[in-house]
Formats: sequence, structure tokens, C-alpha cells
Amino acid sequence: MKYVLMFLVFLSFSCKSEVKTKVKDLTLLPPLEIYDFSGIEPYLNLEGSKTYIINFWATWCAPCVKELPHFESIQQAYKKDVEVILVSLDFPAQYETKLKPFIETHQLKTKVIVLDDPDMNSWIPKVDLNWSGAIPVTLIYNSSKRSFYNRTFTYNELDSELKNFLTTN
Amino acid sequence: MNILYSLLLFISFLFTNSTTYQGYDIGDLATDFKLENIDGKFVSLSDFKDAKGFIVVFTCNTCPYAVLYEDRIEALNKKYAIQGYPVIAIMPNNVETKPGDSMESMRKRALSKGFTFPYLMDVGQKIYPLYGATKTPHVYVLESTSSGPIVRYIGGIDDNYKDASLVKTNYVEEAIESLKNGVAIKQTKTKAIGCSIKL
Repeated sequence: MKYVLMFLVFLSFSCKSEVKTKVKDLTLLPPLEIYDFSGIEPYLNLEGSKTYIINFWATWCAPCVKELPHFESIQQAYKKDVEVILVSLDFPAQYETKLKPFIETHQLKTKVIVLDDPDMNSWIPKVDLNWSGAIPVTLIYNSSKRSFYNRTFTYNELDSELKNFLTTN
Repeated sequence: MNILYSLLLFISFLFTNSTTYQGYDIGDLATDFKLENIDGKFVSLSDFKDAKGFIVVFTCNTCPYAVLYEDRIEALNKKYAIQGYPVIAIMPNNVETKPGDSMESMRKRALSKGFTFPYLMDVGQKIYPLYGATKTPHVYVLESTSSGPIVRYIGGIDDNYKDASLVKTNYVEEAIESLKNGVAIKQTKTKAIGCSIKL
């Protein structure tokens, strides 16, 4: 067990140093997928067999950043049955300076798409009628169930909420 | 199946509506308050004897959306305070969670931006839940009546947070102009992205 831990620590260290060198050249990162709401809407209504978790967040939103690792872990834990999509509401001026470096330093494997649509009143109610516009919020849905969460999650809370969906699908 | 689904949707709609409802709706009587301003004095709505109404804005220093709207909030006060509709800004966050919203930081920010409106702190976070504010910025336009301040508009400031010059509809201005002209407000509620109020 000790050796495993040491190995993990070693790994995380080696990852970090790798991250640092990578961050220097953001131009090598894949371009961000940036959409207005009409481009985001299909992701809120995917008709595949998976359960979809859509999280609205931004790098400047502290509670969003705090819960983000749980969404990342959930995606890794349920690769087959779940698709997590992180919808970033970062400001365009910060795509290169904040969002891309964030994705890189946190080594996000989860899909990130960017919503850039200033006419917020036109699209917020289309995500959910009960959403006042505060972030973070999360939408979980599959072919038989759909819920909107105006709250933050711990890993266990997200996991137990997700299980309700996986049993109904 | 479709019918079952819509029935479920309907039930969940009823359910969520009844459980998440809190704060003011249009037409509700808004509470007055006595909150400390950045100059150390306490401010209440009732201090403004001649006010025809108020633009109550829950806002803060630390939310990027609130920061993007600072100049526009100041512009609203410049335009409408003299017409009887002053801006009253209230900072609703817990300063232990957001030290950048401390009274000292609020004072500094107000000085550097030249705010001409009261910038109050909701100490103990008692007022924002009564209004039902969930985020910064979150605006309540109130109309003074003989029975007290009545909520006439709830929501965002305008329809383009990114660029004030590209705004097509100034929700707050439209609400106040309608109040001034004694006509119905076209959009009494709008939605806007903001930072959740920090507990």
C-alpha cells in the first residue's frame, strides 16, 4: 500500500512538471468549441442511450471550480453509461488567458463546450424555467428522466443522484 | 408514453414550483431595511421621503458579472436618482467566504469607481433571502405607494452583459420609464447569469 501511495505521489508530481511545460504553449491545444445558445441546445436534448450530465460553470466561479473535479471523476467512473459535458460561461476575453490554461492545468478529460450568448434572458429559461441565472447549475437527464439542480455537489451527492438515473434507464 | 411523460413533467413542474418558490414576486410589498453604508451610516428606504421608487441592486465587488455592470449601475443612479428613483446597492455575500467583499473593499471599490449610490452590506444575510435574490447582480425595481414599496420588476439590467453599446433592451430603464408614464411594464421579470450569493 505504501509503495502504491508513493508511486501515486510520484506520478502526480511528474504530471505537474509535465503540465508546467505544456502550459507554456497554449497554441498547441485544440481550439475551444464556442457556440451561441442554438449550438448548445442540442446538448441539452441528446437522445442517446446514456445518462447526460450538463454542468454550467466558469473558471471565475469559485463554487463551480470546487465541484468540477467531482464531475471529472464521475465521468471517469461511469465511462460507459454517462456523458458529462461542461458548459463554460467564461468571458470571451478570458478564453485564452483563463479557460484554456485551466483545462490544461487540470488536465480535464471531460468534454468542455463554451456558451457565448449575451442575450441571457432569451436562453436561461430554455435550460430550465426555475433557473434564475446563478451558477453553478447542473442538468441530469436520460431518455426517461430529467432533473435540474440549482446547487453544488460533493462526489457522493453527485454519485447518489446519478444512481437514480442509472436505475431508471 | 407521451401522455405519461407530459403528465410527469406537469407534476414535476407543480412540485418544483411549490418547493423552490421564495422571495418576492411582482406586486409584493417589499420590506424596508436598515443596513450599514460604506460611510458608516445606516440607510433605509424610508430615508428617501420623496422617492417615487427604488432600483435595489444586489451586487458585489468580486463577481465578474457584477463588475461588468458597475458602470451601468452608476449610470442608472445618475439618470434616475434625480427623477426620484435612486439606486440602492446591497452586497449580500458572506465576507468570510468572500473577503474581497468586506466593508473596506466595498469602500475602496466605491471610491475608485466614484459610486454616487449607497453601497450597503447585508450583515447577517437577512435581507436578500426576503427579496429572493439568488445572485449578483440581481435587480428589484420598487414603486413607492401609500402602502409601501411594491415590487414592479425583478431580474437583469439589460440584454447584453458583454457590451453596453450593443444593448437592445434596457430592462431596468424600460421598467422605470413605464412607471413614470403610468403604463404596464412590458417585461416584469428577466433572467440573467450571475454569481451565486456566497453563504
